[in-house]
Amino acid sequence: MKSLIISILSIGAFALLAWNPMNDSEGYQVGDFARDFNLKNVDGNMVSLANYNDAKGFIVIFTCNSCPYAKMYEDRINDLDQKFKGQGYPVIAIQPNDAIASPDDSFENMQQRAKEKNFTFPYLIDETQEITKIYGATRTPHVYLLNKERGKMKVTYIGAIDDNYRDASAVKVKYVEDAIAELDANRSVSNNYTKAIGCTIKWAK
Amino acid sequence: MKILPIIFILTFFADNSIYTEKKIEVIKFEQLEKLINEDGEGIKIINFWATWCKPCIKELPLFEALEDELDGVPVKVYLISMDFPEEANTKVKTFVERRNINSEVKLLDETDFNAFIDKVDSRWSGAIPATLIINDKTKSRVFMEKELHEGELEEQIKLLIK
Repeated sequence: MKSLIISILSIGAFALLAWNPMNDSEGYQVGDFARDFNLKNVDGNMVSLANYNDAKGFIVIFTCNSCPYAKMYEDRINDLDQKFKGQGYPVIAIQPNDAIASPDDSFENMQQRAKEKNFTFPYLIDETQEITKIYGATRTPHVYLLNKERGKMKVTYIGAIDDNYRDASAVKVKYVEDAIAELDANRSVSNNYTKAIGCTIKWAK
Repeated sequence: MKILPIIFILTFFADNSIYTEKKIEVIKFEQLEKLINEDGEGIKIINFWATWCKPCIKELPLFEALEDELDGVPVKVYLISMDFPEEANTKVKTFVERRNINSEVKLLDETDFNAFIDKVDSRWSGAIPATLIINDKTKSRVFMEKELHEGELEEQIKLLIK
């Protein structure tokens, strides 16, 4: 009887430890399945992952107009899309910032930036910031590489695009490209989580 | 006409004194790590910011308003700029001068952030502003990746002193 009580107590304690209200807000981890979304693109159309029947996965990038780090990566994001769209991994960019907190990131300014930089990928606005919260993006730019497995979108890499934000020609490790190469070879991603300096998400007040 | 060279000389000296006073030191991660781990008797606050980061700039006055001592414990602030190193003694220096920032400002010159973010603090995702508060004696620390609000620094420092 005593041991039963102890085990009940320890299960309870374990459950308490495992139940952490912070976990929800921390978003996806590598290995989780990501949910689809339906967000407005700069061309006015709504975009969902389900629209892409042939995609093997997606390079989902939380990025914006206003962050200097995000700006340093604009051309590289375009390059990623052009290189991997044909291989089944198109770029889907999501702008997570609240337009009142960060006016440079308003929908109109997003449209303008997409035009100026000839974005070849959808540049979506997360007006309610719900998807940003669910994914757990904390900064811009922040990449979530998704791989389709039995019809579901598995998160296979979270982090930076590469290891040098300032100088694309000095990059030593291309995290996203390396990850896709591994997925293509039916291997799991070996370097599946990196950190990078970025701008905080500007949440609605 | 003769006054012109004198003005030149005067402005030269005026500028020069500012240069010697507030040159922004450009550091590598190794030096930052040393600073983080340095022993001492006080509280050390290391804030990561940049001139282009709006929430960072907004919270700078909170660091400036901190007293040198809190409950008898010395408090030292380091503002670590993430601006481009080539702008250390142009853009960053001008910013620091215009805002009369008295805290020690250093600029971190690194590109491969993934290699060191965890070494600063494993809780840091990489977004700025980010603030690390360390009790040099006990080595206990607080890490915050967000914009701070009035009173928050003092509150956290007091918790670390206890």
